[in-house]
Amino acid sequence: MTQRIRRLGPPLLLLAPSLVLVGVFVYGLIGANFAKSVTDDHSAATANGVEPTSVVWFQNYTTLLKSEEFQHSLINLVLFTVVFLLGTLVIGFVWAWLLDKPIRGEGFFRSVYLFPMAVSFIASGVVWRWLLNSTQGEGASGLNRLFQMVGLDFLQNNWWNNVTFGILAITIPAIWQLSGYVMALFLAGFRGIPDELREAGRMDGASEWQVYRHVLFPQLTPIMLSALIIIGHMSLKSFDLIMSISKPANYQTKVPAVDMYLAKSSFDYANAAAIGTILLVIVALVIVPYLVKTNRQEK
Amino acid sequence: MRVNRRVAATVASAAVLGLSLTACSSDDSDGSDGGSASAGAGDASEVEVFTWWAAGSEKAGLDALVNVFNDQHADTKFVNGAVAGGAGSAAKDLLQSRLQTNDPPDTFQAHAGAELQDYIDAGQIQDVSNLYDEFGLKEAFPKDLLDRLTVDGKIYSIPSNIHRANVVWANPTVLKDAGLDPSATYDSMDDWFTALDAVKKSGKTALSVATTWTQVNLLETVLISDLGADGYSGLWDGSTDWAGSDVTDALTDFQKLMSYTNTDRDGLDWPDATQQIIDGTAGFNVMGDWAEAAFEEADKKAPADYVYFPVPGTDGVFDFLADSFTLPVGAPHPGGAKNWLETVGSAEGQEAFNKAKGSIPARTDADTSDFSDYQQTAIESFGKDTIVSSLAHGAAAPVATLNAITDATSKFTTGASDLATYQSDLAAAVKG
Repeated sequence: MTQRIRRLGPPLLLLAPSLVLVGVFVYGLIGANFAKSVTDDHSAATANGVEPTSVVWFQNYTTLLKSEEFQHSLINLVLFTVVFLLGTLVIGFVWAWLLDKPIRGEGFFRSVYLFPMAVSFIASGVVWRWLLNSTQGEGASGLNRLFQMVGLDFLQNNWWNNVTFGILAITIPAIWQLSGYVMALFLAGFRGIPDELREAGRMDGASEWQVYRHVLFPQLTPIMLSALIIIGHMSLKSFDLIMSISKPANYQTKVPAVDMYLAKSSFDYANAAAIGTILLVIVALVIVPYLVKTNRQEK
Repeated sequence: MRVNRRVAATVASAAVLGLSLTACSSDDSDGSDGGSASAGAGDASEVEVFTWWAAGSEKAGLDALVNVFNDQHADTKFVNGAVAGGAGSAAKDLLQSRLQTNDPPDTFQAHAGAELQDYIDAGQIQDVSNLYDEFGLKEAFPKDLLDRLTVDGKIYSIPSNIHRANVVWANPTVLKDAGLDPSATYDSMDDWFTALDAVKKSGKTALSVATTWTQVNLLETVLISDLGADGYSGLWDGSTDWAGSDVTDALTDFQKLMSYTNTDRDGLDWPDATQQIIDGTAGFNVMGDWAEAAFEEADKKAPADYVYFPVPGTDGVFDFLADSFTLPVGAPHPGGAKNWLETVGSAEGQEAFNKAKGSIPARTDADTSDFSDYQQTAIESFGKDTIVSSLAHGAAAPVATLNAITDATSKFTTGASDLATYQSDLAAAVKG
């Protein structure tokens, strides 16, 4: 017994502060959030204990998931995430591939591609709001004006003001900001592959393309998975970029995070908590399989 | 290391100094204004005034009000609790959490009327009717306004200023180019449509509008125009049926008005829409009378550079909204808050504040001879018109209802719902 304490005690003691903090501020609050989401705490009166609340179990969830407005938000979220992921992965990968070949000024390009990530979403959102101005024809500005100047008038569109696909316009700044980051991930992946492998491939008579296709790309799968998870969970939680380009009340660009904000500011704490839990579940659907997989690999 | 220690010592001594100073000040003026019964008795050493007046004409107004306050209540120290950002939304979010954790400011700014309902339901603000009696405000404010402020026989805030939301602003040059008479006013929506068609034909934006809340502002003026003042007020007390055919007609008019507007509206806020009138790229705009300040800043003079008139069909109706101050339950310095409320309600306070902010006093006896031309017309209308509560600015409906109406309106104007769905969404929003 004492031996066991001596063996487990010090590490446990060392871990205790973070265990307690994570327990309270992550899992405790997730629990509190869930507990709130199954009540009928929908007004300032109930939130402050003037009127009683009761447990309604999953009624808030079913009402939310049935409402056309929330479905619209979920569809927007899916559209946004799919396009954001594809965009950053494809562009980031191509950039990394180009930079992988020894070219002059690699450091310069690397910084140029990576810089947008240093800008906060709020700041870039303000600029992109001007660029994505939906006026067409005479009073146009931003990208629409650019299209006119270069004679591509037919490309003018109303950007994020389209009610079905408007949300995709917001993926443009998102992709612009994070492609460089994905590039850095892939570039690190390329550089991590020992030269011997390429040489071995070449010795066996593989063409340059075949070396990439059969030797290098397969080894980038773990990188790709990490990029997928990182960009994916950022996309599911995206709020700031949408808020600064559009406005919370604009129906065309609603996502669950915006709904949560609006519910909270109209004192509807139960629905805000329910939306939070739904978001958490969606993010977990992406992250948990990844954690399980890495856990298995480490063993 | 030595530098660190010196910094730490400085910080510590500053903190000690601060503590002893606050101790002194609360000793000095303890109970100077206390003693009177119920609301507003107690510590008057200082008052933390929580507002979102942090910039522009709003800050100028607050500064002017503070000057009067310092004259009237030299013993009470004014602490500015202004929070900037998001047209008040940042302040409201912070206030929400402060009230919930029982850490209220001594008094906070809120739109007068139904927007207070949540605070009332939550038991977070006090009835200040006795202060109305004490300060003689019931005689000074118009009766229509008092009726709008009273909830179950109680009044929960003291208005500092009045704005009017049903005003059309227009550019006379654009109107002339479209073959219209700039001095004309219009009796009904149908008359106005003819004029809007003319502007549209001349190639300009006929009606400029901005993001969703300005569209809700437009909607409420259409509802007033088509339903009349009583019909409109009935929408909020249940005596007018949201599903009725007269509401359908009003929404049809609203839909038609939206067809005259600029397509980039959802990305703009009200100053951008007003700017289109100033620049002459749009003919008409519907906005509350704070737009007047934007014209003045651009050095424009009425009626040469811009004209204004009540929204067609709403002449004789004053669509009001007001900023007001409250007395939170558990305020740390209730005596200070009472002093602040006295200044807010006083004739001198209202004159100074409103002259600087560009709004009009809620008191009908304030001396307004040196106010601007627009303010004079608004003061005249306020004195004789029927007063109704603005929806977009929290006077007519609680926050949750307004948010639901805003959502339904955004859904409709972006084309995600048709008129029938819009009408049923609105009915559902008001039912809650």
